[in-house]
Formats: sequence, structure tokens, C-alpha cells
Amino acid sequence: MAIWADKNTKVIVQGITGREGTFHAIQCRDYGTKVVGGVTPGKGGTTHEGFPVFNTVRDGCDKAGANCALIFVPPPFAADAIMEAADAGIELIVCVTEGIPVNDMIRAHDFLVKSNERHVADGRKPSRLIGPNCPGIITPGQTKIGIMPGHVHKAGPIGIVSRSGTLTYEAVGQLTTRGIGQSTAVGIGGDPLPGTNFIDCLAAFQADPVTEAIIMIGEIGGSAEEEAAAFVKANVTKPVVAFIAGQTAPPGRRMGHAGAIISGGKGTAAEKMAALQAAGIHVVKAPSDLGSKIQEVWKP
Amino acid sequence: MKVHEYQAKEILRRYGVPTPRGIVVDNPEDARQAAKQLGGRVVVKAQIHAGGRGKGGGVKLAKDAEEAAELTKKIIGMTLITHQTGPEGRLVRKVLIEEALNIARELYLGVTLDRRIGMPVVMASQQGGMEIEEVAARDPKAIHREPIDAVLGIQPFQAKNIALALGLTGDSYKKGVDFSQKLMRAYIDTDASLAEINPLLVTKEGDVLALDAKMNFDDNALFRHKDIIEMRDLHEEDPLEVEASKFGLNYIKLDGNVGCMVNGAGLAMGTMDIIKLAGGEPANFLDVGGGATAEQVANAFRIILSDKNVKAILINIFGGIMRCDRIAEGVVSASREIGAPVPVVVRLEGTNVDLGKQILKDSGLPLTTADGMWDAAQKVVAAAKKAQSA
Repeated sequence: MAIWADKNTKVIVQGITGREGTFHAIQCRDYGTKVVGGVTPGKGGTTHEGFPVFNTVRDGCDKAGANCALIFVPPPFAADAIMEAADAGIELIVCVTEGIPVNDMIRAHDFLVKSNERHVADGRKPSRLIGPNCPGIITPGQTKIGIMPGHVHKAGPIGIVSRSGTLTYEAVGQLTTRGIGQSTAVGIGGDPLPGTNFIDCLAAFQADPVTEAIIMIGEIGGSAEEEAAAFVKANVTKPVVAFIAGQTAPPGRRMGHAGAIISGGKGTAAEKMAALQAAGIHVVKAPSDLGSKIQEVWKP
Repeated sequence: MKVHEYQAKEILRRYGVPTPRGIVVDNPEDARQAAKQLGGRVVVKAQIHAGGRGKGGGVKLAKDAEEAAELTKKIIGMTLITHQTGPEGRLVRKVLIEEALNIARELYLGVTLDRRIGMPVVMASQQGGMEIEEVAARDPKAIHREPIDAVLGIQPFQAKNIALALGLTGDSYKKGVDFSQKLMRAYIDTDASLAEINPLLVTKEGDVLALDAKMNFDDNALFRHKDIIEMRDLHEEDPLEVEASKFGLNYIKLDGNVGCMVNGAGLAMGTMDIIKLAGGEPANFLDVGGGATAEQVANAFRIILSDKNVKAILINIFGGIMRCDRIAEGVVSASREIGAPVPVVVRLEGTNVDLGKQILKDSGLPLTTADGMWDAAQKVVAAAKKAQSA
């Protein structure tokens, strides 16, 4: 099981002939992911590093049976790439691209809502967007759809959801070192308007029979963690361990991620940690305590 | 990206948003000419990227051109300290000379993104002049919120709701409806992340104008706004942060003495947090990017060291796909080239981690390796304390 992605997921890489796209398409294939091709307009019909290249996402669906898109398209064109994938009926869209304008993402979200209504009305599955500005999703031992280092992962019972890429690797590393594996790790990304949020992931992990406990890694800015806390209180029975990055961040300064900013006194780590604690979540102050906390609160 | 008040007003005027007539100057003589042109009685306003300028003494009324010149002489060159500048304050280099108007009412109008609903929201309040956070804390009902569909734009009924919420009547009501529509158009068109009119002025004659204007822009959208990029004022930014941005490094200077170099924004914040937990104070936030290269590491090293408060450095890299031996080579060559005047603690994780540690050990440089973040934080904080007391 695991959530959203498994060994049967067929991935096409949008922007496969670019430097990042090429590198990570190969890395994913080496991990065992079914990468069925890539999309670069104008290069359809050719092959690149052994991958068939298509002109459009729709071509990739029709000819190679793709049901997942991994996007490495540069920021000015990335929202368009998301919309193209949604229109083609791709079920899982993973957008790695960092730096997409907010207004472009508002349009892309609008488009997704409408194209999903159309897909559902026609008896097809809706699209789920993960990201943008995220490392992607990995179900260890089955498929890696993104830029995370595959070798630090290990298949097992812990679900991970995080706004930060390298902090996810940190958490995964701590688990694997302790011999504890992961069901699925989802990087939802550091942008202000993510396609998939904490609640989507928490609901999926709660429903997933393989997942026995959950690590949630948030950061300053916005109110997604507070909303997730309320959701956990009402709906999640599996143990949840959380860390919030940015406890020492000054207000009004954007800490790297477009979404990581304390503005108008809102979105502080202290507020988020209090909300999570009040919801019965095990909050750790140090990111180095994620692995040991899981060991403490979860019994196999 | 932030711009000055005079620049924000220049942008707003392009969209037909009414503002007082004004001229930006950098010397008393030009101020005198500007004031004459504007009718003598003017307001002299310091141009810095921070709020609270009035309270800090950076906004003054001049009864004539002579006084405008005198005030300009006083304000330009002064270091203005407000609640937003920090204790070091900001040097004033330009003032905006603006016609003085007959104030009847001061209102508030602002637009920003509401992340929860994924839409821009217009906030309107009759309590102008105060900070919106203060109003929100004291009397949340005093703020009218109107979510706008960014794709469809503001609808006429919404502009009317806003004008009514502002308590505008008669001719001013019509002008208010027009004002928020134009402001919203400017916000969307320029990819702004904030447009704040505080105060929104209603004159005794019934006109509605932007007496002050603050605009911030989405950095990710600047590629399609060359005119706005040209408005960037590097004087308003920390020189080290500007230098770092040239190398694609995300650096933010803080007040502590433990320099940090980390890959990834989340891990960088987490590293700052753990330094604090270990009893230290981070000197900076620095994200070398997800796939840090040896060259990035070298540049980052140099920038961290140019902050003289730094007494020790923690390099925390979760290599991931990037190989640790490459990063170790980057650290070694940077320390050889620049010299390592302070102790450096290195924590590496990921591919080829043992090879990376060996390279650090064999270098003969004063580099301490650490296992895990907690170990690294304790070692670097101890080193910084020792260096500070020495």
C-alpha cells in the first residue's frame, strides 16, 4: 500500500531534456521508478538517455500510459506545465520547480479545480498536485518521484509529510539509522499555495493500513500547521510527531522558502507548536529528536 | 521586493489611482523648487523602506518653500529610527515633497494574499493611520475583508462593499468605488504581494487619495516586470545579503556569533533552532541550495566570515544526491584560500560520507567533524563561547 504512489505508477518527466530533468529522470529510473518517458515540445519522437520523448503530456498518456507527471520546467512556464498535465488527466502531478509566481499558481489551482470537475463528471480520476517547490514523493522500495536521495530511505511503517526538503531527509535518515522504515514520504513544498497540504497527507496516512505513525515537519508562515492540528485532533488516531522549523526566525524576513515568513505577528513557530501540542501531537523542539521521539511513542 | 513610497505612488498613478502631487528630491535646493511648484505648503517625507516614519521625525509639514528646503536639509542625511528599522536605523537619502491637502478623514485600505483561501483579500477599515495589526488585535470587526478572485478581478459589487465599509458617502463613495477597483488592478497586474494605502485620505473637498502607499512585489514574478526591478534600492538592503544573492545564496544576517551554512531552507531554520537550544545564538540564516556545489560552499564561507561577529561556523549539509566528498573538497579549498580564522564544525550526511570525513581529517585544517545535528550544535556553541571569552 502506502499513499498515492507505488511500483505501478508510470511517470513522465516534463522538461526531461533540461539539466535537472535529465539528471533526476535517470536517478528515479535507477531507483526503480517506472519512468515511461518525458515531454519536451518540439523533440517528440526522439529518445533522450533511453527515454522516449513526447511533444505533449497527452501524447505521453496515450502512447506510454503515463499516470504521473514529474515537472522540472523553469518557473516562468511551470504553471502552464501543471495545467497541461491536469488537462491530460494525469492523476499525480509532482512539481519540483521553485520560484513560480503566486499569480501563476492561483491560475493553475483554478484550472485544476475545473479540470478535476470535468474528469470526475466523465468518470475519470481527479488530478492531485504535489508542490510546487518540493522534493516530491517516495514510497521506499517501490518508487521515487522527485529529487530526494533514495538510498537514505527504507520501506516501513512511518508516514512523513513535510514543507521542507532537506529536513525530510534528516528525519528519514534518523529513522533509517534506527532501523525504522517509511511508508511514504511526501514533501508538500515551501510555497505559500501548495497543491497538497498537511491535511490531505494526514488523512491519507490515517487511512493507509501500512502507516502506523506519522512525522509532520512544518515551518513558520501561514496557518497550515494550525489547521492540521485541528484535523489531527478530530480525525487521526495514529501517533503524530512534529517539528516546526524557524523557532528563532525574526518576523518580516522570508527564510528562503516563499512561504516561510512571519507577517503581521502571525505564523510564528511558538503559535504552531502550541496548536499542535493542544491537539495531542508530540512536538519536539530539536529536529535531531524526531527519530527518538518516534521510537518513544510508536510501538511496532 | 520592496519599493519606496514615491515609487509605489508612481506605479499606482499608472493605474489611475489618485495620489497627492509630489516630487522626489535629494537636496534642499531641489526641495525649494519642488515646493514652489506644488504651491508652497507641502509635506516633506523621508524615503526609507520602513514604516513609522512620522513618529521617528521623518515626516514634517512645511508652510512654504523656504521651510521645505530647511526641513529637507535636516532630514536628508539623518539616521531615522522607527519600530521597523531596528536600533541601527536607516540613513535618509531622498525626500518626497508632496502637496499638503485638507484632511477630513483618514481610512485604511490594503490588499494581500490570504494563503488559507488562496485569494487576494482587500482589507478596509475606517481606522486609518494605525497599523492594521493593531486594529485587528483590538477590534477585529472594524476590518472589512473582501476576498477577490484574482483571475476574474474585482467585481463592481465588491468595490461597492468596500466603499460602504469605509463609510464613504455621496461623491466620495463613487470615488472610493473607483479607487479600490484601480488599486486591485494595479495589485494583480504588477504581481504585488502587498499594496497598502494607510492612510487613505478623504479631503474636505471630498476627494479620495493615497496619502501613503506601500507596495511589495512577488520576487518570483519580477522577471516579467523590468520596470519594477529598476526601482530596487540596494542602499536599503544589507550589503552582505546583496553580495550573497549574486551567488544564488540565500543569506540573512542575524545578531548571534555562530555562523551557519546549510543546504535547504527548512534544514537551515532547523539548524538555527538547534544552535539556540544548545545555548548559542545564530549569526545568520544561509541556504546554499538543495544541491550545494563546492563553489557555492566556498562563496558561502567567505560571506559568513565577512560578518565580524562570527566566532565559530557550523556547516550542516545533508548531501542527498550531492556527494559529500565534493562538499568536503569545497570546504577544504575554501578554508585554504580564505584561511579559517574561526573554528569550523562540519556535519555531513549522505552519499560518500566517510570519504568526505576523511578528506576533512586529512586536510590538516582546524576542522572538527560531528555526528548528527545535536553533536554539531553542541560542538560549535562550545567553540564560539570559548572564542568569545578569549
